Amino acid sequence: MGIVEPGRPAPDFSLARHEGKPFTRAGLEGRTTFLVFYPNAFSPVCTDQLSVYHEVLDELREAGMDVMYGVSCDSTWSQQAFREQLGIDGIEMLSDWEPKGAACRAFGVLHPAGMPERAIVLVGPDAVVRWSHLAASPGDLPGANLLFDALASHART
Amino acid sequence: MGDLRSAPLPPVGRDDHVRGPAAAPLVVVYGDYECPYCAALELQLHGLAVRIAFRHFPVKGTHPRAFAAACAAEAAAEQGAFWPMHDALFADQGRLEDPHLWARAERLGLDVARFDADRRADAAAARVKAQFLGGVRAGVPTTPTLFLDGVRHPGRPDDALLGRLANLAVRSRV
Repeated sequence: MGIVEPGRPAPDFSLARHEGKPFTRAGLEGRTTFLVFYPNAFSPVCTDQLSVYHEVLDELREAGMDVMYGVSCDSTWSQQAFREQLGIDGIEMLSDWEPKGAACRAFGVLHPAGMPERAIVLVGPDAVVRWSHLAASPGDLPGANLLFDALASHART
Repeated sequence: MGDLRSAPLPPVGRDDHVRGPAAAPLVVVYGDYECPYCAALELQLHGLAVRIAFRHFPVKGTHPRAFAAACAAEAAAEQGAFWPMHDALFADQGRLEDPHLWARAERLGLDVARFDADRRADAAAARVKAQFLGGVRAGVPTTPTLFLDGVRHPGRPDDALLGRLANLAVRSRV
């Protein structure tokens, strides 16, 4: 199964917020949301990716984004430590730890190695997928320009 | 800056810092002074005798002093010393705090008070930020990212790319 396609409703899922509470499909409603699936906390490429995105959060909000979440199969503790190390307090982390990878599988982005693919999903306020991007490989880093392209083309469609 | 949709690499212009033989192939490098891979790339490119346009791409999360260092280079440029400061920053990446920046300015013979005012000025920050956002639009996802003939090469260059640069540099000399 490939990554969830534009025009499809976001699938049902449950992820853990850093304080342990669940974040489900209902959490997507009413806001334009980027879900940034990244393979591993603390890995070099994920570090670069989230750091650059954090650098342009204000501009992304100006362009129509309401919120960005990072999603991985790391535990909430690892995600929180990663977030604190990078100082990226504007990007909340959601953990797909248990059952491991279930939400990633629902979005069609679970890598055979048990981690998320490097993928991004833009979800509209109606919880319908507006745009999705699957990197050619987990080492392939999508530039932030793609996020702006996606917002410009799809956020209000 | 509102529009950050994809755009071509900004052309090299008067605001750019460029060095190297005029006939050599031009490489545009997006880097930051706290990035070890950028320092390594500098050495590799020096050996290849290419022409380099360096642009700032500081990312605070990964490299908390990169933005300040970039502003220091721009402040040095106000006194005609961009490249000496650039080299001094890359030569000692473990020392990028304010006293280290002042020490570099002094060592380079700059007016330190003017340097300090310039590096804190809005103009320096605006130049650095403009280069960063231009890089974002051109698809720079990390440092270093190198552009050759307008083609983007993110991350550490592999042997094939370095070999290609070496060949181009040699050909430019004959």
